[in-house]
Amino acid sequence: MADKQCSVAGTPALYEGRHAVRTRADRIFRIAVAVPASIVFLMLILIVGRIIIKGIPALNLDFFIRAQKPFGEAGGGVAHAIIGTILLLVLAAAISIPLSLLASLYLHEHRDSQKARILSSAISTLQGIPSIVIGVVIYSWVVVPLRGFSAIAGSVSLSIVMIPVMTTIMKESLDMVPPSYMEGALALGVPRWRALTGVLIPAARSGLKESIGLGVARAAGETAPLLFTAFGSPYLTFSVTGPVSSLPLLIYEYIKSPYEDWHQKAWGAAFLLVLFIFSLNILTGMKRNNE
Amino acid sequence: MNDRIFRGMLAAGAVIIVAVFAGFIITLTQQAWPLFKAEGAQFLTGMEWNPVTSRFGAMPFMIGTIMTSLLALAIAIPFSLGTGIMLGEYVAHPGLRAFLNTMVNIIASIPSVVFGLWGIDVIVPAVRTLALRIGAPPYGSGILSASLVLAIMIIPYMTSMTREALRNIQPGQREGAYALGLTKYEVITGVSIPGAWQSISAGILLSLGRALGETMAITMLIGNATRIPTSLFSLGNTIASVIASQFNEAASDLHRSAMMALALLLLVITMSAGWIGRTLMRKGVGAYGR
Repeated sequence: MADKQCSVAGTPALYEGRHAVRTRADRIFRIAVAVPASIVFLMLILIVGRIIIKGIPALNLDFFIRAQKPFGEAGGGVAHAIIGTILLLVLAAAISIPLSLLASLYLHEHRDSQKARILSSAISTLQGIPSIVIGVVIYSWVVVPLRGFSAIAGSVSLSIVMIPVMTTIMKESLDMVPPSYMEGALALGVPRWRALTGVLIPAARSGLKESIGLGVARAAGETAPLLFTAFGSPYLTFSVTGPVSSLPLLIYEYIKSPYEDWHQKAWGAAFLLVLFIFSLNILTGMKRNNE
Repeated sequence: MNDRIFRGMLAAGAVIIVAVFAGFIITLTQQAWPLFKAEGAQFLTGMEWNPVTSRFGAMPFMIGTIMTSLLALAIAIPFSLGTGIMLGEYVAHPGLRAFLNTMVNIIASIPSVVFGLWGIDVIVPAVRTLALRIGAPPYGSGILSASLVLAIMIIPYMTSMTREALRNIQPGQREGAYALGLTKYEVITGVSIPGAWQSISAGILLSLGRALGETMAITMLIGNATRIPTSLFSLGNTIASVIASQFNEAASDLHRSAMMALALLLLVITMSAGWIGRTLMRKGVGAYGR
């Protein structure tokens, strides 16, 4: 692309004067764009740097393998929150993956129908629902009937965060499979459901995996939907019917506390959480670039 | 298993998702009903929120929400447009562009609660120093701190929307303009931005939708005061942050119902912003996209 305006030999003087004005405007605009962009990138580096600098010193063996000590006592770790996060994410993924796969197949099969339009607008609206509202509704749907905060309630909340992300990307990757694959299978006399499960889904598998990675990454950092559902707990537990902690909940709780030791652990947890989310995003993103 | 059963399964999946969405609105309306009956229009116009005397006027939180979101938007727009134009029009080296895009995506994936933590650590002391210097109340937390962090949170989102909008212009349009001898500045302001404007403004609206519903970072930074904010340095609350900070402590049934009413209000506000944004986006793509 032409980057600079070159003066052409034999251009009338009138244009030469105009030309100087135009190049100056071009230069000023370039600065007007570069300055805010540089500030943004500087901020981004500072934020990531801060998380690394304050997070790493908090990490030690106890941080990973011990649960919380009683209030105000130094020591202990965040193992209860790490286990809680894994528990919540696995359960939420177990709910979201089948539902998202069914919904994305429906969208793929009924492309451009009125019903598919209703479904896809429900999905994009779900995606825009503030996460705190999800927590409030799941509180009425799960916590109230079960008479208590629980990992189940927390993972239902997180699954509502995951489903729109997964469904959208799954649908895109199903649509990207060349139609000739399905046509070939159908021409061989395979029933439609076999063609879908045996040909279409395997052909789209890298995109499907990516959707799962991104959906989990998205839900991993959510705090608001867990406040009134998983609630948080100081104990290391694998129970799905009792309250559990998670890394985001722990960060929120610890930074509000008056203990310096807990503040440090909050930073450690933030570093761990961000590292986990980055890795998920980059691993799934890289896969897309390679294939 | 046959095709009929399989089709039924797909339809069931679809119906569950639509039902979940419908269920959200039904549940919230139903649970908020006692409050609407008790307060009526006072819920929307009332200036006082006091669970002890059972006065539930949401105006202070609506003002807090609008103040923080608009302020964040005002800060974020110039930075996001600058960065988006930089990434979409100026950075030509593919490796550098990929690196910068990855950085924007990384920041976009940082959880809200971590931004809150960072804000408490960096922004709150800075705002406190500023407030002391100009003689404002030196809380540190408050409307300004919340808006600054909110702005940083929506910048990556708005930046990538702007970049995508610019990249979606048909290359021929841009190349034609260069072939006519226009400078980069003239091409960007005369061809790229007018062509992408609808998508860019849709991106701004979708970012506004995010800002309106943002919860954790704001709850951690705004100071959670239930009065109407009077200046940039005063403490306040947004609709989302008051739900986060009061829901678990709601003792009376009416207070719980008021929380549901706030959630419904927030849902309606963000849905409207999102709906307008998506409509603009579709039109934008239809008119100029490739």
